[in-house]
Amino acid sequence: MSKEPVAVVGVGQTKHVAARHDVSIAGLVREAAQRALEDAELTWADIDAVVIGKAPDFFEGVMMPELYLADALGAVGKPMLRVHTAGSVGGSTALVASNLVAARVHRTVLTLAFEKQSESNAMWGLSLPVPFTQPLLAGAGGFFAPHVRAYMRRTGAPDTVGSLVAYKDRRNALKNPYAHLHEHDITLEKVQASPMLWDPIRYSETCPSSDGACAMVLTDRAGAARSPRPAAWVHGGAMRSEPTLFAGKDFVSPQAGKDCAADVYRQAGIADPRREIDAVEMYVPFSWYEPMWLENLGFAAEGEGWKLTEAGVTELDGDLPVNPSGGVLSTNPIGASGMIRFAEAALQVRGLAGEHQVAGARKALGHAYGGGSQFFAMWLVGAEPPAR
Amino acid sequence: MAPTGPGRDVAIVAFAQSDHRRRTDELSEVELLMPVLHQVLDATGLKTSDIGFTCSGSSDYLAGRAFSFTMALDGVGAWPPISESHVEMDGAWALYEAWVKILTGEADTALVYGYGKSSPGEVRDVLTRQLDPYYVAPLWPDSVSLAALQAQALIDAGDTDETALASIAGRSRAAATANSHAQVRGSRAQGEYVVRPLRTGDCPPIGDGAAAVILAAGDRARDLCARPAWIRGMDHRIEAHSLGVRDLTDSPSTRLAAERAGFFERPVDTAELHAPFTSQEVVLRKALRLGEDVSVNPSGGALAANPVMAAGLLRLGEAAARIHRGDSDRALAHATSGPCLQQNLVAVLEGES
Repeated sequence: MSKEPVAVVGVGQTKHVAARHDVSIAGLVREAAQRALEDAELTWADIDAVVIGKAPDFFEGVMMPELYLADALGAVGKPMLRVHTAGSVGGSTALVASNLVAARVHRTVLTLAFEKQSESNAMWGLSLPVPFTQPLLAGAGGFFAPHVRAYMRRTGAPDTVGSLVAYKDRRNALKNPYAHLHEHDITLEKVQASPMLWDPIRYSETCPSSDGACAMVLTDRAGAARSPRPAAWVHGGAMRSEPTLFAGKDFVSPQAGKDCAADVYRQAGIADPRREIDAVEMYVPFSWYEPMWLENLGFAAEGEGWKLTEAGVTELDGDLPVNPSGGVLSTNPIGASGMIRFAEAALQVRGLAGEHQVAGARKALGHAYGGGSQFFAMWLVGAEPPAR
Repeated sequence: MAPTGPGRDVAIVAFAQSDHRRRTDELSEVELLMPVLHQVLDATGLKTSDIGFTCSGSSDYLAGRAFSFTMALDGVGAWPPISESHVEMDGAWALYEAWVKILTGEADTALVYGYGKSSPGEVRDVLTRQLDPYYVAPLWPDSVSLAALQAQALIDAGDTDETALASIAGRSRAAATANSHAQVRGSRAQGEYVVRPLRTGDCPPIGDGAAAVILAAGDRARDLCARPAWIRGMDHRIEAHSLGVRDLTDSPSTRLAAERAGFFERPVDTAELHAPFTSQEVVLRKALRLGEDVSVNPSGGALAANPVMAAGLLRLGEAAARIHRGDSDRALAHATSGPCLQQNLVAVLEGES
């Protein structure tokens, strides 16, 4: 059976900041949703269903917040679905929304992801003790640092690569008005001189805690035809999961990430991702994950990812720009971060990314991961409708 | 406007559930779930690696920690990696997500599960965290009190009275005598008021439990099950959160979901309603215009076992199991979420004659 082609016709984000004291959670999500509707030139009445995602409810202290947010998102009388797949949730949420259109269950769907980290403390939310279970080692940095070490040891990457990624992403963020961190005086030396937090991860190589929301309007072929601005077409999308801890798990390059990318490329007819993809929005919460994911996603051979970074290939003007928006390293409303990757990929192929637009981007990958590098969600969007 | 609609037949082909109990201190969530997953897979002969898509429903607030579903996934045995997702909702909505996934053609089979342990905390207190975090949740109005407001509104409207509510409780628990998994079975006194007008008997038991189903498309379903429970339609709708802006004696979201699911096109013989409180059955019966000829909650319903986050999926599973057994030809299954039936899902299941 044939699927309905899915188009992104509206994207909205909030200006991400450390604390939005001026709005409630409802106010925050509505702002992003309203902007997505404005981009699509649609009204709340045009939306058939709402799919919402965020990371753990503990982060804001609201259990199943979709119930409370039904009014703010114009969902009363409509279907509303709440996705939660850890850090990959923003991506998974967009894929669930996309499937509603692809399956022809609904024509036009609003999808949104958010985190208002200032309402609570994510570090605390992730550190609740569980009897007989390994604790998450004081937040995400402590969990991921040993895997970065393993990557360095395995590939022989020089210890300067991480700072190059951070310096690039923070400079890219200066071109993105919605990015949280706008460090106008950033230099490579400042990144390298920043305090060591979880060796080898320095302060400037970690993501901030942000308040923010991201929304998209997804629609079918007929909806795209009515769209006032160019659409981004979904050419492939997939989720993959593997267990948290088990003998044989490769924390440096998880099999689930490889399988997920392979599924997306198969759907999109991509044989050589390095040549055929023009821009990548990759989930890089700690700088070293750029070279690691370059390998995991098939852009570089095993052990070679850091060489692309070092050679400037992933710079905004390189031939495979990674995180032109500034990425998670510059903006991290956890539950929304994955959807921002997906939405920024869509903006690139729509030609609407503003100052951080990659010239001539026709195909872009949005990538998200979560948990202990065990949940993956990705989509590939193109400027043209899919051939099949 | 809804488009032309799904073009693929999908059925529930297997269902399994735990014994629902007041406490399971000796079991982790994974240990609670594992036997249920094995049972449902064994019923079809499928292995985890044969399943096209897996989706679960649960709540971190019951577990008291973030990312609680990740441990349950370890129980599924997600290796080699699987196509998988999770909704922080009752497992009924996980089933909805899986159904949509199969409709896209990206999967032919799906494993769906839902689970919850209410025993480690005070579920009445925990559920207050679902309320508006700025204006309502700080007052800690608990789930029984909110249901009591709804019950009183129904009595004031002349839709029911305490005697009628007691008969719903009695009928449900009598029906549960035939359900070996149920937590509360057989005759039971209505008891004292918990929150007036609701007595102990009008309220669900608090308990721990899990449920799982397998979905399959077309001929795959026929291969896996002698009499598949075909999903003829499924829809869900949400209402406003604030109790002050909706009529608690009605459930327009249930009615709309039922209409979209094709429920009103032909009569059903069975209805599995997710009504944790006796008064909520009154609301749902009215919204769905259910007659006395329909067998309502032959499993005993949520008044006999109400494992939070699995109780909705149980309704879908119980309705499907009746079709599998040939006890039903067309059944309605309903799941709810939120205070006073805020969000409702309706599925229409049919067996081929």
